[in-house]
Amino acid sequence: MANNRIPSGPNTPGSQQTPTQQGIKIFIQRDYSEGTAVKFQTRFPPELEDRIDRQTFEYTMERLNEHFEMAETADCSTYCEGCLACLTAYFIYICTETHYEKHLRKISKFIATQNERVYNPRGIHITDPILRGLRVIEITIIDLPNCQSPTGNSTSTQMRHT
Amino acid sequence: MFHNSGRWTLHDCAKSSGVWGAGCGCRGGRGDAAMAGRRVTRKWEVFAGRNRFWCDGRLMTAPQPGVFALTLALICGTCALHFAFDCPFLAVRVSSAVPALGAALCGATLAALLRTALSDPGIIPRAAAAEAQHAQLAQHPLEPDAGRPPPRAREVLVRGRPVKLKYCFTCKMFRPPRASHCSLCDNCVDRFDHHCPWVGNCVGKRNYRYFYLFVVSLSFLAVFVFACAVTHLALLARGEGGEAGGGRGLAAALRASPASALVAAVCFLSVWSVLGLAGFHTYLASTDQTTNEDIKGSFSSRGGVSNPNPYSRGNACANCWYVLCGPLAPSLIDRRGLVSAESGELPPSFVQALRAAPPLPAPPPHHAPPAVVSPPTPQAASFGTASLDGEPRHAYMNHSLDLDPVPLQEVCIGGGRGVGGGGGAGGGGALSASRLRLLHDTTMIDAALDLDEPDAPPHLPQLPHHLPPHRPHLSHHAPRLPRVPVHGSPVPAL
Repeated sequence: MANNRIPSGPNTPGSQQTPTQQGIKIFIQRDYSEGTAVKFQTRFPPELEDRIDRQTFEYTMERLNEHFEMAETADCSTYCEGCLACLTAYFIYICTETHYEKHLRKISKFIATQNERVYNPRGIHITDPILRGLRVIEITIIDLPNCQSPTGNSTSTQMRHT
Repeated sequence: MFHNSGRWTLHDCAKSSGVWGAGCGCRGGRGDAAMAGRRVTRKWEVFAGRNRFWCDGRLMTAPQPGVFALTLALICGTCALHFAFDCPFLAVRVSSAVPALGAALCGATLAALLRTALSDPGIIPRAAAAEAQHAQLAQHPLEPDAGRPPPRAREVLVRGRPVKLKYCFTCKMFRPPRASHCSLCDNCVDRFDHHCPWVGNCVGKRNYRYFYLFVVSLSFLAVFVFACAVTHLALLARGEGGEAGGGRGLAAALRASPASALVAAVCFLSVWSVLGLAGFHTYLASTDQTTNEDIKGSFSSRGGVSNPNPYSRGNACANCWYVLCGPLAPSLIDRRGLVSAESGELPPSFVQALRAAPPLPAPPPHHAPPAVVSPPTPQAASFGTASLDGEPRHAYMNHSLDLDPVPLQEVCIGGGRGVGGGGGAGGGGALSASRLRLLHDTTMIDAALDLDEPDAPPHLPQLPHHLPPHRPHLSHHAPRLPRVPVHGSPVPAL
């Protein structure tokens, strides 16, 4: 379990690990294949292999991408929001939060619950991408003293929760 | 709006001392200010770029917003003359709708101008140490030589089209597509359009719509005010001025209302460039391009091979709709957030485990010389903002890293080389000299354009300057940190 600290094996282009005194850090990069909208690569980083199963991780990433896609969609409500802000000389932004910010709050909440229920017991912590400028998702892996085995019922836990 | 308290002044002096040439006072001043003034330190106070912040981080501008003040004075002055001299006359003679329309246009213009100038243009925050280190290791997994800078570009496919992501040596990351480094503000800005000195800010992803609104409303305002002034003069010249005119003819009219003549002259001179700019940006918005891309010819066909814009949504309406009315992207720099230790993001159980864990075994030998600093290059200051007293620029720019409580193996990859800093002088091959000159003459934005070519010098030389692994200021700062309140996510969870 402890030998994860040495970088080993080929790194995938999407995620690389860096050993520091804060544990191993993996970075999930942005996926620009469909334009500049925020989307992250969903490829499973091999460093997580003995800690969590692939479906759980991919489920988290896909939900995150869905949230970001909803946040970036331009529909009538964002248009009305823009018009209203324009009419009030943008003072409305002082007292309300934008469409995007609402979704960012949802994303933060989603990541927090996923961390709490699924990832933290396994020694994994996902950092909210807004703290990294929406450029990367930083995943910290540490060796907790009593780490759960990866064969637990993680998928059912987080399915029930979300 | 620009009033600021003495408390702010203290902070701003400390913050911008690097800009004004007293770089050595920077770190100490910041610490003292934080100690004396208040208990919390907000992120704008340790912001790595050169922007200036106002009202405790709520507002931000470029480092030298002088021309912005000129713009504001010109618009306000012309409008004041219009309302003082033309409006009362025209309200009586023509219609009372004239002042109402003028007030609406003037209000819209000023609101859009202030919004453009004082908001975050879409700055991409710099990479933290761990991420920068990973960017380096990722490119050389087999021989992660610490002195080796990462390659200058990597390529991704955007909707099937190859796009080069250039490595930004200042921000220590691969710039997202369409982002560019503004050499004046020293930040990477997402969907960088240009650095507009007239509005005193970069124009980027977050404020392009306001900028467009400003240009359009300003062109309407200029035409309207010009028409009012000319109407006023014409009515006076026809002898309808009543008691004021007394005589007929243009000379008498000018004598009767010199303010109208001044207003008409100012509007006549400015209306052409403003109208041209409005038309140009309408074209850009309908094709979803930026000024930067248009001038560099990013999407012009090369050698008969068409090179369509991968970001365009196909038709002009959809592009305008998304660019001008799409959801407003959030500010990524979190100016008002509290500075927190990095471990504050981790859950308590993680922090405990990390504390309990023995320190890492001796780091692999290839990490041994961690900090590589390039000497200050001569072109770093070539844009003439400040003399930096020979201090390496990255010591000022990267001070957000100093707050990192854990002595990470800090890898500063050529921090002194602003990629956009002076490299633009060479220009891109695709850019014609006449276009550049035209641009300079009309908009004075050439200095802000990022014209470096990714292919030109293939590799940076091995940098000679090695710092000891533990730099003194890191240990110096460590005891100061526990006073900073640890604060978690800036976006509160529901």
